[in-house]
Amino acid sequence: MEATVTTATEGKVWGGGNRPLGASYGKMMIWYFILSDALTFSGFLAAYGLTRFKFIDSWPIADEVFNHFPFLHGVDAPMYYVALMTFILIFSSVTMVLAVDAGHQMKRSKVAWYMFFTVIGGLIFLGSQAWEWKNFIQGSYGAVETKGGQILQFVDADTGKRLALSDFATPNTEAKQSVNVNGITAEVDQAEHIYAVNDIVEGFNANQNVLIRTEKLNEHGHKTLLTREQSAEKLKSAVHVVEGANLIRNEYGNKQFADFFFFITGFHGFHVFTGVVLNIIIFFNVILGTYEKRKSYEMVEKVGLYWHFVDLVWVFVFTFFYLV
Amino acid sequence: MAHAHASNVKRIWTVFFILSVVTIVEVILGIIRPEWSMTMVVGMKILNWIFIILTLVKAYYIAWAFMHLEGEKGSFRWSIVLPLIILIPYLIALLLTEGHYIHEVMREGFISWDF
Repeated sequence: MEATVTTATEGKVWGGGNRPLGASYGKMMIWYFILSDALTFSGFLAAYGLTRFKFIDSWPIADEVFNHFPFLHGVDAPMYYVALMTFILIFSSVTMVLAVDAGHQMKRSKVAWYMFFTVIGGLIFLGSQAWEWKNFIQGSYGAVETKGGQILQFVDADTGKRLALSDFATPNTEAKQSVNVNGITAEVDQAEHIYAVNDIVEGFNANQNVLIRTEKLNEHGHKTLLTREQSAEKLKSAVHVVEGANLIRNEYGNKQFADFFFFITGFHGFHVFTGVVLNIIIFFNVILGTYEKRKSYEMVEKVGLYWHFVDLVWVFVFTFFYLV
Repeated sequence: MAHAHASNVKRIWTVFFILSVVTIVEVILGIIRPEWSMTMVVGMKILNWIFIILTLVKAYYIAWAFMHLEGEKGSFRWSIVLPLIILIPYLIALLLTEGHYIHEVMREGFISWDF
């Protein structure tokens, strides 16, 4: 390890002009901010890990939850979309580092163009995340919750595919519950689209091909599928119809699953948003020639460090939320 | 910081290529989930170990190449990396052990959670 203070300047160590650890003040401080932020994210992900281990035999399967792709309705596309989002973010990291590189060579218009592409990449990522949230909140199949707080989902006995509530049940009683895609307003405006537990039970009795699967994972890592008799028995304990997700309950399974999803991807998305705002500021400063006058593009480098960090966090979120 | 102001463009694209390949491998593995990778090793499936190792590889390249840690002084580099490699494994070890313990309690306890 190199010495922190150079002996050659011993006489004026406290006189200023020293660069401890060979880094400028701003760069060192952004690095230590990143260090503390990295620990914050580690805390979130470790808490997610704890909850996951706590419910190791019933956690929702990510491939089944995140299987949407734009313009491919009803097609099972596990992970393709998140993989695309990962690429978008990595690519915007590349344009960022190219901007920093062009800055070292004082090439103003090149820096501006690369910053522009970085901002566009960030905006596309934010839009993708909003779309991902929309799908997650809206849900695609619907489920019921038992009085023990477990989620029961429906499966077609003939095809083995998941059944949406609308595939076998019709809403006809006036349901008074707010756990729905459209939230509170649905109670008023679209009361005819809201299912009551009774509607589900009637639909289940009328369609012999409907089976229930529970949260429990079997030895192959699949959700446990009940027989018709077990399903009928289990359905007796249903107390809620759950469509989509909110912070209280979700149709995918464990309640904390949605909480962690909203919290971790939301906190990361907020970082991306902040990064985009900073990048826009830098972009205009480059255009106005602020750094040209300063004869240094170090500010691009510092904001770049933050932007790369956002990408770095996403790499971990991608692994622990979608892959593992 | 490179004082020579030499262009690193080639290095940047190489790293982008590596990151892309690693991500593609992860996605393919995640979709096919091969049978051989389902064996448990040290409390976790081989597949999950592969994912975590590949993630650390990606993190290394982002931090070292994109965030240019490779160009910083060794002492500065350690002042950033050392706290992370001490504190994060410590936190993870404590919390995952605790999570596992809570799982056992919920499973073996006298109260049923599924009714």
